[in-house]
Amino acid sequence: MIQAIAFYLFASMMILSGVFTIFARNPVHSVLWLICAFFNAAGLMVLVGAEFIAMLLVIVYVGAVAVLFLFVVMMLDIDFAELRAGFIRNAPLGLVLAVVLFAELFVGILVRSAGDLHIGKAVTASATPAGLSNTAAIGALLYTRYLFEFEAAGMILLVAMIGAIVLTHRERGDTRGQNVSKQVARRPEDATVNVRPEVGKGVQL
Amino acid sequence: MTVAHIIKSFTLWEFIKAHWLTLKYFFKPKATINYPYEKSPISPRFRGEHVLRRYANGEERCIACKLCEAVCPAQAITIESEPRDDGSRRTTRYDIDMTKCIFCGFCQEACPVDAVVEGPNFEYATETREELLYDKAKLLANGDKWERAIAANLEADAPYR
Amino acid sequence: MTPFFVARGLPFGWAWGLSTVLEILLIAFPVMLAVAIVIYFDRKIWAAMALRKGPNVVGPFGILQSFADGLKVFLQETIIPAAANKALFLIAPIITFTVALLAWAVLPFAKGVMLADINVGLLYILAISSLGVYGIVIAGWASNSKYPFFSAMRASAQMISYEVSIGFILICVVLWAGSFNLGAIVEAQRGFGFGFINGFWCSPLLFPVWVMFLISSMAETQRAPFDLTEAESELVAGYQTEYSSMAFALYWLGEYANVLLMCALNATLFWGGYLPPVNWWPLYYIPGLVWLMVKILFGFFVFSWVKATVPRYRYDQLMRLGWKIFLPLSLLFVFLISGYLMLTGHFA
Repeated sequence: MIQAIAFYLFASMMILSGVFTIFARNPVHSVLWLICAFFNAAGLMVLVGAEFIAMLLVIVYVGAVAVLFLFVVMMLDIDFAELRAGFIRNAPLGLVLAVVLFAELFVGILVRSAGDLHIGKAVTASATPAGLSNTAAIGALLYTRYLFEFEAAGMILLVAMIGAIVLTHRERGDTRGQNVSKQVARRPEDATVNVRPEVGKGVQL
Repeated sequence: MTVAHIIKSFTLWEFIKAHWLTLKYFFKPKATINYPYEKSPISPRFRGEHVLRRYANGEERCIACKLCEAVCPAQAITIESEPRDDGSRRTTRYDIDMTKCIFCGFCQEACPVDAVVEGPNFEYATETREELLYDKAKLLANGDKWERAIAANLEADAPYR
Repeated sequence: MTPFFVARGLPFGWAWGLSTVLEILLIAFPVMLAVAIVIYFDRKIWAAMALRKGPNVVGPFGILQSFADGLKVFLQETIIPAAANKALFLIAPIITFTVALLAWAVLPFAKGVMLADINVGLLYILAISSLGVYGIVIAGWASNSKYPFFSAMRASAQMISYEVSIGFILICVVLWAGSFNLGAIVEAQRGFGFGFINGFWCSPLLFPVWVMFLISSMAETQRAPFDLTEAESELVAGYQTEYSSMAFALYWLGEYANVLLMCALNATLFWGGYLPPVNWWPLYYIPGLVWLMVKILFGFFVFSWVKATVPRYRYDQLMRLGWKIFLPLSLLFVFLISGYLMLTGHFA
């Protein structure tokens, strides 16, 4: 009973947030509704017993990805009039896209009702082994059966990261950055010298 | 960059030293004066709230010479005067705008009869601005209230004047 | 508490609901009270280290100062700037405050005593603390004002940076404890150091990790050396600039509740939580809750101590510390600790 209420609550909230994400005028509001949708998705994950995935969803998507979205979107200087100007011009394209997507969805549902798909060897999703939390189960699978895919995904991310750094990093050459460790390592005896100059002779620096 | 430097920076030696210092200060006796209950001593020359003084027989000292009005750099003093019934020259109006006053003490320096004096009182905060526009009655009342302290201060400071 | 209500004749659903709500209140109210007291302690400690007396007028030794301040703030007018985004402007402090209270759900107060005994407790805390940034970012944007906006930018960059190293630090602890559950982590610390010290801090491999955690948690809660988001000389009051009355008080409470949470986390993860500091049987007669509270308060003293001692970091120094020092170091320690545990057959 409580589970059913929670499910319908999370599900309807998620769909609602999704709708608001699309319809919100202000991009910042859009991102915030998106965050709300992520959050409800995490709630659904908890309901099906995948608490590890739920927490990762919140940590990664809400805690990092959406913050970056928000970061970018907040800096936009939005001119609403200009945004609405393109609406009529782009409306036919949008309509066509919507019809195509809807048709695909419709066909998909129809075909699904005809029976299961059998291509190659079927991979049956097995339930979490008894006596093992799903965190441990995911870990065991990730580092044995899917090790290659996992490492490959890591490599792809690494390549993307290096690419982004290479694209944005540039040496100005005309700036002198602060070298903190050099400053910290500097001692009084490196910088000052005690002399006792004779009268009228001055000091040779 | 010697080995000692590296050890020092990785053990956060400077931070530990700083925290040891503040911990020592944590237990030291406090330097604060517990203000509304304790007050620090003030000099006899302290320039606080203004008063108009009287002679011992009750006659007000001010003779409406308007030297204070003239010398006031903030133009906070307004004086109007008329001969009194007995023919002596007295003020009919003596206003000090305490919101303008900069407490320079020129008025008391200028006064030939020690009538206007800046007394030792500095706790006269008010809730409205109007209360800070002092008139003659208020100033004379202040004088009656602080006369003993002011007389003592003037006497203490007299050898240096 | 559910069996208690079931025994009184309530149906299970109602009993469960009622006991959950009661348990939440049982945690939330003491935390709020603790926040009020802790604000007073903070001011007192800070004052003492600056040779001042601190609040000493309201109540004996000024202990009621926070309540007087709370009352004052409560009676003030809520001012909403005309150009602000009204709904978000008001939601933002509520988010900060709620998030600061949410994480207490998985904290063990004694053996097996916690609101939600979930397997992924530590991940839950990471997830919740990553939400904290929204209260600040939304406030900064919704205020529609320069300084809050700058502050929001700084806050989001700062919190994301330090969450990364905190994540790795927590992984070190989880590796050693073998569980994400905070209760299991505390139990793993029983007699950890030389057989008689309860606490993960007492190990040459975990001690540096603990120091990093302490510093990162200060950065994460935007406490003194890292309080760039409310650097008064540059940003007025940062993201709180436009806030007044209760909305401001919610930030105030939320901030200190977060600090308390970090102290509690520090106590739970490294100082042995509800266990006494030393594994000696007479000490177990003192209830675990007392030990936990003593540890949290000591952690808070350290926070205030640092606040009174260290001057504020510059923004680029903060980022350098997070990305160039703590991230590689914490990664190194994940590597070292997992290697050590593999060698000693900890995982077998």
